[in-house]
Amino acid sequence: MTIEATDARRMGPLIPALAVPAAAWKERAASDAAIGGHAMRVESLSAWYGNHLAVHDITLDIKPRAVTAIIGPSGCGKSTLVRCLNRMHEVTPGAPRVSGRVLLDRHDIYAPGVDPVQVRRHVGMVFQKPNPFPSMSIYDNVVAGLKLTKAPSKAVLDETVERCLRQAALWDEVKDKLKQSGVSLSGGQQQRLCIARALAMAPRVLLMDEPCSALDPIATYKIEALITELKREYTIAIVTHNMQQASRVSDFTAFLLAADDRIGRLVEYGETAELFTAPKDERTEAYITGRFG
Amino acid sequence: MSSDTYAPPLAPAYPPGGRSIFEADARYQVRRGVARLMAVLVGLAALGAVAVLWIILGYVIWRGLPAINWPFFTQRPLPYGEPGGGVGPAIAGSLVLLGVASTIGVPIGLGAGIYLSEFGRGRFADAVRFCGDLVAGLPSIVVGVFIWALLVRHVIGHFSGLAGAAALAIIMVPIIVRTVEAMLRLVPHTLREAALALGVPQWRVVLSVVLPSARAGIITGVVLALARAGGETAPLLLTTLGNMFFNWNLSQPTAALPIQIYNYAVAPYDDWHTKAWGASLVLIAVIGILSVLTRLATRGKKLA
Ligand SMILES: Nc1ncnc2c1ncn2[C@@H]1O[C@H](COP(=O)(O)OP(=O)(O)O)[C@@H](O)[C@H]1O
Ligand SMILES: [Mg+2]
Repeated sequence: MTIEATDARRMGPLIPALAVPAAAWKERAASDAAIGGHAMRVESLSAWYGNHLAVHDITLDIKPRAVTAIIGPSGCGKSTLVRCLNRMHEVTPGAPRVSGRVLLDRHDIYAPGVDPVQVRRHVGMVFQKPNPFPSMSIYDNVVAGLKLTKAPSKAVLDETVERCLRQAALWDEVKDKLKQSGVSLSGGQQQRLCIARALAMAPRVLLMDEPCSALDPIATYKIEALITELKREYTIAIVTHNMQQASRVSDFTAFLLAADDRIGRLVEYGETAELFTAPKDERTEAYITGRFG
Repeated sequence: MSSDTYAPPLAPAYPPGGRSIFEADARYQVRRGVARLMAVLVGLAALGAVAVLWIILGYVIWRGLPAINWPFFTQRPLPYGEPGGGVGPAIAGSLVLLGVASTIGVPIGLGAGIYLSEFGRGRFADAVRFCGDLVAGLPSIVVGVFIWALLVRHVIGHFSGLAGAAALAIIMVPIIVRTVEAMLRLVPHTLREAALALGVPQWRVVLSVVLPSARAGIITGVVLALARAGGETAPLLLTTLGNMFFNWNLSQPTAALPIQIYNYAVAPYDDWHTKAWGASLVLIAVIGILSVLTRLATRGKKLA
C-alpha cells in the first residue's frame, strides 16, 4: 500500500456527498489498480431454498477498497446473495443450494476441494442484529475468531484487541471495561464490537447485511462513518434497504428486484452516483424515487 | 401561565351527551369475578404443591432429627441390640456410586444431547430421540433387573458397586440427553452463525460458543439426573445389594443410602425406624448439598 494514496483519501469528507463526479471515480479506479486490494467477482450465481429459486443468474463485481451496496425491496434476495459470498448460504436452514461462481482474487470459492471454513476466514460478515457472544467478555469477543482457529500469543491478542477496537471506533468507549460481557454494551456499540470481531480475522472482504437496521440514527451515523473509514483498507459489500444510506456510503450499487415469480434478479449495477442520479432502468428509477418497494 | 408556553386544550372528560368510551359495560363485573376466581384457583394449586413439599420435609425432619448425631454420620450400621450404629458406609457408598454413575452417564448424555441438537438430522436422530424417551419412561426396577441379568449374573458374576453405578447411569442418561438437547436448542441460531462466519469449524462452534451459552441449563439437567439417581432404591437392591461395612472396592457389594433406609425401615424395631428417618434426612441433605455445590461452581458466569 502506498501511503500517499491512503492519505489523499483520508482528506475526503467522512461521509461523501451524494453526487461525486464520475471523473473522480475514474481517478480512484486508477489509484485502486495501483494499490491493489482484494476484489470479488460474482458470475452467474443462482441460489435456491429447496425448490424455491431465491436469486437467479447474478453477475457483478465487488471492487477492491470500495463499498458496494446491494439494495432492493424486502424479500428480493439481498441476504441470500450476500450469504453466498462467504458460503454461509449453505448453513442456512431450508435445503440451501448454489450454482455459479464467486471469485475472490481469481480463486473460485465454490471450486471443488475448497473448504468453506477457510473461505469464511477471508470473507468476514456482520449481521443485521448485533450478535456478540454472550458468554464472552468484550476482549474475548474481539479475538474469538483468532482464539478458536489458531492459538496466538497473549501479546498478539492484546495488540489485535486494541487495533481492531480502534478501527471499529469503539476503543475509547470500552478500553476500561474489556473484561465486561459484550452484551452489556448498547446496540450500536455491540454492532461495532461485531465489526471489530470480523476485522480481527483480517478479512479480504467484509460483508454487511443491513448492519444498521436495528440501530438508532446516531449509532447508524457512527457505523456509516466507520464504513467510510474502513474502505481505505477493506473491500466492503453492504446490504441495505435504506437508499439514503446506500447513496451516502457506497461507491457502487447493485439493485435487486424480485418480480411476481419471487425470483430475485439483478436489475441494474453501476457507480452509485450514476445509478442514483441517472438510472438506466425504469424499475430502478421507480424504486429510488420511492414509487414502489 | 406565561404566554410563551403552550398547553393543548384538554378534551372534555365526557363527550357532550355521551358516555365515556372507558365506562364499564355490563359484563365488567362478570369478567372481573372470573379473573379473580382464576387467580385464586391457580394460587391454591401453587400453595398445594409447595405445601406437600414442606409437609414431607417437615415430617422427615421431625421424625429423623432424633437419630442425628455425629456418630450417625461416621459409624457403620450395627446389629440390633448394640447401641449406636449409623449410615457412614451408606453415605460414602452413595457418593461413590453417584460419582461413578456420573462419570459414565454425563459424557454419554451430554454427547447424545449435543448430537441431537447440533448434528442430528433424519431417521437416525429420530430413532435416538425415541429410544431416549423410552428409556426415560422405563420403570427403574426394570433397569435393575436388566443389569442384574447382564452384569450380576453373567459379566461380573456377583453383586457389586459397579453394577449399581451402571444401573444409575442408565437412569441418568435420558434425563441429561433431554435437558441438554432442549437447552442447546434455546441458544439462538444467530450465535452459531456469528461463529461460523468467523471461519470457526463447527465442532469448535459447538464446544466454545454453544455449550458455554447453555451452561446453566446443562448443569440443571445434570443436577436433576443426580437427584433422581441418588434416590433410586429398586435397581440398587438388585445390583449393589448393600453392605454393612465400609467398602471402596467397586467389584464388591456397596452400601447406599436408599438401601440403608430400606433395611432400617423394614426391621421391626422402633430404634431402627428412627434411624430410617434419620437416613432419609441425610439423603435429602446430600442431594441438596450436591445441587447447591454444582450451582455455586457455575455462579458469576453471565449466560444468555
Ligand atoms: N431459510 C430460508 N428458507 C426458505 N426460504 C427462504 C429462507 N430465507 C429466505 N428465504 C426466501 O428467499 C427469498 C429471499 O430472501 P432474503 O434473501 O432474506 O431477502 P432480503 O434479504 O432481500 O429481504 C424470500 O422469498 C424468502 O422468503
Ligand atoms: Mg435480508
